[in-house]
Amino acid sequence: MSEILLQIDGREVEAKEGMTILEAAQNVGIVIPTLCHHEKLEPYGACRICTVEAEIRGWTKLVAACLYPVEQNLVVRTRSEKIDKTRKMILELLLAHAPDAWDLQDLAKEYGADKDRFEKEASFCIHCGLCVRYCAEVKKKNAVGFVDRGTRREISFIPEIASKECWNCKECFPLCPTSALQAAYVLVEALAFPKSSFESELDLKG
Amino acid sequence: MDNGRIDQIIDKHQGEASSLIQVLLEIQSENHWLPKEALERVSEKLQVPLTRIQHIATFYKAFSLVPKGRHEIHICMGTACHVRGAPRVLDTVQDLTGLKPGESDLDLKFSLQTVNCLGCCALGPVLEVDGKTHGKMAPSKTAEVLKNCD
Amino acid sequence: MPRINSTDELEKVRQEILSQRDPNKPCISICAGAGCLASGASEVIAAFKAEIEKQGLKTDVNTKGTGCPGFCERGPVVVIYPEEICYLQVKPEDVPEIVSQTIKEKKVVDRLLYLDPSTGEKATHESDIPFYKNQERNIIGNNIKLDPKSVDDYLALGGYSALAKVLSRMTSEQVLEEVKKSNLRGRGGGGFPTGRKWEESRNAPDEIKYVIVNADEGDPGAFMDRALLEGNPHSILEGLTIGAYAIGSHEGYIYVRQEYPLAVENVTIAIKQAEEYGFLGRNILGSGFDFTIKVHQGAGAFVCGESSALMTALEGRAGEPRPKYIHTAIKGVWDRPSVLNNVETWANVPLIINKGADWFAQFGTERSKGTKIFSLVGKITNTGLVEVPMGMTLRDIIYKIGGGIPGGKKFKAVQTGGPSGGCIPEELLDLEVGFDELTKAGSMMGSGGMIIMDEDTCMVDVARYFLDFLTDESCGKCVPCREGIRQMLKILTHFTKGKGKEGDIELLEELAEVASDASLCALGRSAPNPVLSTLRYFRDEYEAHIKEKRCPALSCKELISYHIDPDKCQACMICLRKCPSEAIGGGKNQIHVIEQEKCTKCGTCFEVCPPRFGAVKKISGEPVPSPIPEEARIIVRESKQK
Repeated sequence: MSEILLQIDGREVEAKEGMTILEAAQNVGIVIPTLCHHEKLEPYGACRICTVEAEIRGWTKLVAACLYPVEQNLVVRTRSEKIDKTRKMILELLLAHAPDAWDLQDLAKEYGADKDRFEKEASFCIHCGLCVRYCAEVKKKNAVGFVDRGTRREISFIPEIASKECWNCKECFPLCPTSALQAAYVLVEALAFPKSSFESELDLKG
Repeated sequence: MDNGRIDQIIDKHQGEASSLIQVLLEIQSENHWLPKEALERVSEKLQVPLTRIQHIATFYKAFSLVPKGRHEIHICMGTACHVRGAPRVLDTVQDLTGLKPGESDLDLKFSLQTVNCLGCCALGPVLEVDGKTHGKMAPSKTAEVLKNCD
Repeated sequence: MPRINSTDELEKVRQEILSQRDPNKPCISICAGAGCLASGASEVIAAFKAEIEKQGLKTDVNTKGTGCPGFCERGPVVVIYPEEICYLQVKPEDVPEIVSQTIKEKKVVDRLLYLDPSTGEKATHESDIPFYKNQERNIIGNNIKLDPKSVDDYLALGGYSALAKVLSRMTSEQVLEEVKKSNLRGRGGGGFPTGRKWEESRNAPDEIKYVIVNADEGDPGAFMDRALLEGNPHSILEGLTIGAYAIGSHEGYIYVRQEYPLAVENVTIAIKQAEEYGFLGRNILGSGFDFTIKVHQGAGAFVCGESSALMTALEGRAGEPRPKYIHTAIKGVWDRPSVLNNVETWANVPLIINKGADWFAQFGTERSKGTKIFSLVGKITNTGLVEVPMGMTLRDIIYKIGGGIPGGKKFKAVQTGGPSGGCIPEELLDLEVGFDELTKAGSMMGSGGMIIMDEDTCMVDVARYFLDFLTDESCGKCVPCREGIRQMLKILTHFTKGKGKEGDIELLEELAEVASDASLCALGRSAPNPVLSTLRYFRDEYEAHIKEKRCPALSCKELISYHIDPDKCQACMICLRKCPSEAIGGGKNQIHVIEQEKCTKCGTCFEVCPPRFGAVKKISGEPVPSPIPEEARIIVRESKQK
């Protein structure tokens, strides 16, 4: 793999072909905030909080650092007025769903995001997709997935699979930045898990 | 829909996972909805996770996870129809059937759905009932069209 | 039909077909496109066939259902050849007269001709009708001349001669060079130079490459791809095959939206016919080139019109777009090089090959070459599909071809580019239509939809409408689009309900900035365009909604009230009877009054009040005048004898 030389925040950074800006930055200790990124999972590019400025051949564009492949002579800026404005707004939009989410508090402080800017939304899920992707890519059980699209998109457990797999696993629970995942699990457990043979017998006996 | 028929449809598409949407479209077209058992069968035969099928079945508007009425009413809410008064046609149909878009009535007579452009833009507002397109609709004309459905 | 195995054989077959056709034999062509079918064309076709049979003319007269010529407002459209007499809004009852008068006696049925509303003149021939006269119908012109289900019709018009030329006399490099030279730009919305896209795929180091037709025409108001795919499917197959040859692909896909069942049917039939005749499959026309095409149906998702989402859907997944940091021309379907182009783009290819890049480049402007099919719809007299050279002004399209605004109303804006586009106001009507010109004006070409809006259209509602559309159609994966649109829609809905407040416009602009800067795909990045363009040109309407709680177009339900003017009401009882909420009080000689609490603002009374009275008014931004006292409501009619 060939060597690539790029610039991040004024520093010369060495990277290998096929790396993303995020990987190259992390290698040299430059911090770029992320929410939907996880080292064990394929990069997702949904939260957009890792947005950075990338300049090549005179053109500057805003790109997701977790996905953009490094290029020779790329000039990257991880902070600027535009970037900070973008990150602040993204945080405020997410805080409308999960105002008390632990993972959002420090970032909110750093970027001056106001958790009350927008009216509170009903669902705490911020759609980072960590649960869905972890269950699909690492555990390969596919117990939880996405449903629907647009503003109606949500996560949903498959009761038949979840009732068999989740109790002994729950590895995705600590990944959830809000408490949406646990809430969704509990709900589907209460409402839709297939009855065990014991419970069905109890029913018959009245 | 029995598993035999589902298997036939899957085999027609050479059992390829990429034909997933085409397979589901055929099942939807014949059965008018996608029962859970059908999705489970497709998941098993095509070797794709049920979450992916569930995502597809809810992502695309062509699919229904609940039984539909005998008469499917589609109201076009495309821009050309909107500008010519489609929202008022929708209001009238809602009043006449008691349904909101996405709903079917309890005796499964009517299902109401809004569509984002049927491609008959020159004839807006457009109402489609049981696949038959009615153009140049007005609130006063909708009652007539629906009356002819038993 | 035995397979055609060489280009020489093809010419023989073509000559045979032509020799069996008498150009002077009368042919009744009835448009069988989805629009005319909705207006009753199948009954008209059946009536013609029955009448011709009845009159014993079956061997002397051809009758056929054809592709869509685009004059949908006046369908069912019938053109009688060889004279090219054009009849509009034909009903089954008119058929016997047409057969006896026009076919047998060569006389014209006057009342079915086009009547120009401004000059009062009638037009006999298709080419005399102003709607057609001012167009340059290079691509769509053939639709009325062929039966989309007949490959022989296509051959008779010269079909597949471009493919024959390519396979027998051109190398793939030469084909690519010709397309590059023509400066053809994508007709789907992006306007990306087609030749450059093909070149990228051609140069990508991969054995397996794909060519794709994007027929997921999702822009509401656009239906030109439907007309082309339904009406002349072989022209698309020919273009696609030529493109495949140029880049080295052997597998093609046509992704058609499921809302176009007739297009799916016709293109599937066309593929079968092409395979039979040898235009698809192995060793096409003896050239050694193999190519097959599969049809994939959409399942009801606007976002699948976005190229990377379409490719994801082809892979059998939910249509979520992917980042295009690496072009899909290099890594597309299953990470293979994939050339995706719009239906109309592909339809231009045989033309460029047959007539040459130089011929093509004579149409249009410096940076936007060729012709474009626009769908002219909304508040316009002549609705339908118009094909014009790039560079024609919006004014000419709307007034010369479109016939202006009906009902004596005033033009307000033309919306182009669908949910990614914007609204162009009157002061810019002399803009020459082209990719860059429209973008500079704050809109974009998009797929070619042109929705005309008049004084009764509320521009704030238009912005709200598009955002509402996108909240449903966005894939929902990324935050700036999903959440940004969610919040923008909330604000705009408040405006239309009189709940707007100071600072809302600024918040709207901030949300717009984040969505256009940070969204994952073009849907999200262009979602703010309708809002931004209406704010740019119609800010006064926004301010009226926020500050005065007034809708200048008298359209937003929550901001208007209906009122019957007591000076004009003649107590005719029509509105009283028709009111679905029984909100109108009054009687036979008693002036009608609307009970505001019961009124649902359906607008029926406004619709049905006889124009000669014009008593029902819409009011906005001011209180409704109190009803006049009961005694004053009695109308004393003068006795009939004077």
